[in-house]
Amino acid sequence: MSTITIEQRRQHRLTTIENSLAKRHRKENLFRRAGLAAVLIGMTLVAILFISILIRGVPAFWQATIFTDVYFDPEVIELEEKPQRGSDESQFAFEERYLEWMTQAGRVNWQLLIDSALEDALGVDVEPRDLRNLRALVTSNERYELRNRFIENPSLLGETVEVKLLASADVDVWLKGNIDRSLDAARLQLSAQAREWADRLYDEGVITNSFSTSLFLNTDSRSSPASAGLAGAFMGSLFMMVVVIALSVPIGVCSAIYLEEFAPQNRITDIIEININNLAAVPSIVFGLLGASIFIGYLGLPLSAPLVGGLVLTLMTLPTIIIATRASLRSIPPSIRQAALGIGASRVQTVFHHVLPLALPGILTGSILGVAQALGETAPLLLIGMNAFVSSVPGSPMEQSTALPVQIYLWQGNEMRNFFEARTSAAIIVLLGLMLSLNALAIWLRKKFETRW
Amino acid sequence: MNTSAEPMKTSSMVSVGGGESRTSKAKDKIKMSAENVKVFYDDNPAINGIDLNVYENEVLAFIGPSGCGKSTFLRCLNRMNDTIDNCRVEGKIMMDKNDIYAPDRDVVLLRAQVGIVFQKPNPFPKSIYENIAYGPRLHGLAKRKAELDDIVESSLRRAGLWEEVKDRLDQPGTGLSGGQQQRLCIARTVAVSPDVILMDEPCSALDPIATAKVEQLIDELSESYTIVMVTHNMQQAARVADRTAFFHLGDLVEVDTTDQIFTNPQHQRTHDYITGRFG
Repeated sequence: MSTITIEQRRQHRLTTIENSLAKRHRKENLFRRAGLAAVLIGMTLVAILFISILIRGVPAFWQATIFTDVYFDPEVIELEEKPQRGSDESQFAFEERYLEWMTQAGRVNWQLLIDSALEDALGVDVEPRDLRNLRALVTSNERYELRNRFIENPSLLGETVEVKLLASADVDVWLKGNIDRSLDAARLQLSAQAREWADRLYDEGVITNSFSTSLFLNTDSRSSPASAGLAGAFMGSLFMMVVVIALSVPIGVCSAIYLEEFAPQNRITDIIEININNLAAVPSIVFGLLGASIFIGYLGLPLSAPLVGGLVLTLMTLPTIIIATRASLRSIPPSIRQAALGIGASRVQTVFHHVLPLALPGILTGSILGVAQALGETAPLLLIGMNAFVSSVPGSPMEQSTALPVQIYLWQGNEMRNFFEARTSAAIIVLLGLMLSLNALAIWLRKKFETRW
Repeated sequence: MNTSAEPMKTSSMVSVGGGESRTSKAKDKIKMSAENVKVFYDDNPAINGIDLNVYENEVLAFIGPSGCGKSTFLRCLNRMNDTIDNCRVEGKIMMDKNDIYAPDRDVVLLRAQVGIVFQKPNPFPKSIYENIAYGPRLHGLAKRKAELDDIVESSLRRAGLWEEVKDRLDQPGTGLSGGQQQRLCIARTVAVSPDVILMDEPCSALDPIATAKVEQLIDELSESYTIVMVTHNMQQAARVADRTAFFHLGDLVEVDTTDQIFTNPQHQRTHDYITGRFG
């Protein structure tokens, strides 16, 4: 023993520790690099996603539009004067007369007005057999726009008015250069004549790229990609979110407060807790089945209604909100509760005066993220018929409607390339914009209500 | 009854803060009394039957090693143990001849009469004013704003905090130093005008100067309140308490005047503890 001095032992201990240091540092560096790599990969993927969506979607906000003069030709519009109700006429008789007039207006060949306007713009006289090429330039439902305009204001008869006509999606795609011009003619979507006309009108400034209000103001269309819009889907989503917020936030927050602050800890509350966590993990499509069988099958609520969608999404969001709220309540130190109880506050007063205000930022963040998740949910809506084609804007939560994410799904699934090329990405941008604003709101609320300790 | 518990303290023992010296006061009126109190956590006994009287306007200190049940017993006195799910209290605790564990007894009223100050200062994350005003407002003790202002000022004065905070009543109570926070908590308790103030190791998170201030405060408060405190610090018990109770392993071993406990303990366990043989 005497051969090993204390100094030698000390040296030995130090060298042992020193030798192990290199390995420890290696491990630390490795872990740090792996973490950094994971973050970088994630960021890159998100960046690629956003950039590709923006590159594809942003151009869809601008659409080829034809500005031209339309002559409301009295020879084409052979209509009597718009009926006015006479003083001795019954309401019924007037309505019958008015309906008759509307039917007549519907029979007018409004397309002829557009045809001659385009002929004037091109400076050509188109043979009847070439009309097909001419009509390929304009969205097919612009003739109804003209009709509606005339019905609104019959004094247009004989007038020449400048009108904004939405160019057809084929022209739009062609002019944006999304179609490779070197392909053989059969694959260019437009005929040679129509391509030439489109290019000419574009060069002359008759067709310009103008901001597409139709994307926001129009409803969905099956046949005409250029005029299909998000208005119906947006209102549907809005109604659903109103239902989700009105139901899931109060119910979720109240149950969380009860479970966390008042319920005794026993087997029953344990089972409830486990099942709430289980619910959060249930695939969303299962909630769709539940909604279809209970809300539609049993309660008899209408198919495709935002109310049913909202109820289903509420079921899906509740566990998220309950879990977030409980976590937020649990993070409030027990000393605050004891302080309030010690002064003589009742348990309800303790919770509502002290605990809840402190937990509010967390509760709000959790709720908003839950609602944002519901906004982007598609699968359960497919099962309650919200993927139906609806060409009107819903006026109430009971009317048929689609939702934004479902609209994306429908457009992407459409067989016409003009839908999935630009429209889908544009709709995704709108949806992501809404999501980002909701998340920004969550962050802002958190900062606003945060208490400094 | 326990006439030997008459406190006879000399001024040298009283406060390090230099407050007025405490002369003997007649303290024979029983404020609270415990009879065979047992506490269980689930089925594990924490306290095995304690009988103890608390006299009006005395300072009673509980000493004993960690885990001996002194905090548990203290929290029985205003039923703070109710908030712990698995805690069960047996026996009888009377206050002014009423059973505080009676089924029809409102715990809110009890806690307004028996206030508590905790080990770690726990002001609400609100302004200093709101911290004090919360209790009186809760119980409707002030009809008008002016009355409330008066309560806030007098409570802060009693806690010796008024001069330090009178210009920043609207600032958060959490921004004060540890010792100031603890005095704020005492002022918050005083604002409700309880009869009894329980203190659960009120100085264990404080530095010596703040401790001295709080000890002086306890001495002053005992003029008008009955104070029961738990302490780990035997010198503290010796400095501020009229009587001292020694707890060990869930039993009340001995209770007597502070003088008696520290100079002439009757039990071997007490003797061993105060001479530092265990604990």
